[in-house]
Amino acid sequence: MKYLLLFCATQEDLAAWQALSEEARAQTRAKSGQWMTEHRSQIRSDNGLHLPHTVTSVHVGAGGQPLVTDGPFLEGTEVIGGYAEIEVADLDEALHLAKSWSAHVPSYSTVEIWPIL
Amino acid sequence: MPDEERETVPIDPIQATLSTVFREEAGKLVGALLRLLGNFEVAEEIVQDALLVALERWPIEGIPAQPGAWLLTVARRRALDQLRRDARYRDKLAQLEHSVVQEPDDRLRLMFTCCHPALSRETQVILTLRAVCGFTTAEIAHAFLASEAAVARRLVRARQKIVQAGIPYGVPRDEDLDERLGEVLAVLYLMFNEGYLSSAGSIPMRRDLAGDAAWLAAFLTRLYPREPEALGLLALMRLHLARANARFDALGSLILLADQDRSRWDRRMITDAGRLIEQAAALGHPGPYQVQAALVACHAEAESWQATDWPQILALYDLLLCMTPSPVIRLNRAVALSYVAGPEGALAEVETLASDLEEYHLFHAIRGAFLLELGRREQARAAEMRALALTGNRAEQFLLHQRLCARVTAGGHAPHGERPSHS
Repeated sequence: MKYLLLFCATQEDLAAWQALSEEARAQTRAKSGQWMTEHRSQIRSDNGLHLPHTVTSVHVGAGGQPLVTDGPFLEGTEVIGGYAEIEVADLDEALHLAKSWSAHVPSYSTVEIWPIL
Repeated sequence: MPDEERETVPIDPIQATLSTVFREEAGKLVGALLRLLGNFEVAEEIVQDALLVALERWPIEGIPAQPGAWLLTVARRRALDQLRRDARYRDKLAQLEHSVVQEPDDRLRLMFTCCHPALSRETQVILTLRAVCGFTTAEIAHAFLASEAAVARRLVRARQKIVQAGIPYGVPRDEDLDERLGEVLAVLYLMFNEGYLSSAGSIPMRRDLAGDAAWLAAFLTRLYPREPEALGLLALMRLHLARANARFDALGSLILLADQDRSRWDRRMITDAGRLIEQAAALGHPGPYQVQAALVACHAEAESWQATDWPQILALYDLLLCMTPSPVIRLNRAVALSYVAGPEGALAEVETLASDLEEYHLFHAIRGAFLLELGRREQARAAEMRALALTGNRAEQFLLHQRLCARVTAGGHAPHGERPSHS
């Protein structure tokens, strides 16, 4: 089974992240990189994402004309900070990965597990 | 194997036999098909189909001598029909004809699948009733006062989630076992409460949720004899069931614990439950189900209402609150407190719960009883009217109504003991 893990953060997580010193941020990045390396055999690809204010969306506007807007489509209080595509036996293994991430890199408050079609 | 102990009081013998057979066979069959086909959606549908055929034919033709084999044959035939074009399934189903269906852990695996934490609690309950206990959609809808269409929709989505999200069919690994067993126990407890209280109303049901829940709890304790909370939950259920006969009068009205005829309680079942509690305690891991069982045992073992060991009950509530803080438990603790220290302190305690329990009928009923004891009759009446307005259960409504009318004889008994969590 393939899944997409979405690493989500709240606005508060984000503010806390931005308040960190450059050194502390580098440490967190290193930890997250270390986790990815440790689980390399199950991870097909992974990436961090830039902050939501850098996002651009293209919508199907009136009359089928593409409409470009500033900011993410899903405007909520949560932010997707990164993703990993994993391949594991079943949801239990995916849950184990997600839980181990939460324990290892707690700066993202939620990991969503999306089964891939 | 059927449980030797009678968990329920059958009403209609044919219906009762049907229930027993479905409960015995459905989970095994779904489990076996799931193991064979590897697809929950397909396995569950096929078995449900076979059950519906049985429901139509058995009451007319009689229950076959080997109901399990009969269901298997029908399930296989219908499956072959439906899956004609799918060679993978067809070949596998052909195997089913020859091999005997059983693998001992099938039903257990199925329970873990249905109670997977990736499913909402409500979905877990519905799926367990359907796949493990062989309830039909109509019966589930009936039990939860929902429309059949709504239940069917929910089942479709749940089956899709199991398949598409990759929820496994299997016994969880050791490190997950505590959490996963906790999920299963929570589902069984909910099933039990729903059946025992039948909060939905007074319509008689073909299937007895409480009996099925107790039966599954017994099944779990046989597989996990060293899991104290499973033992605790089974003890808790049996203690309630032991008193089931005394809960209603001839007209179907609810009788308060204080007024129940204790000679109608099933003493043997109570003694057995006591042994289960001891067995659990010996394992040295106390938990909420064990404490609740101990609480109910205090009532069940008391010779009379007057002989109730309230200080012990109060101590157990304190312990339970440490484990699972909740306003409802504090409310029940207040009742025990009133017997130990009088209504004044208990009322003060209850008043602090107003914001949490404003919508809960027993909050008002208990508050009303304390007010009455303190001679504040007008306030007591208002509280009981509010309780009456809030309960959806006919039997409870009647009881509260009776109490309002029979004010003269009300001797200050708190309405205690009609929810498994606190009697």
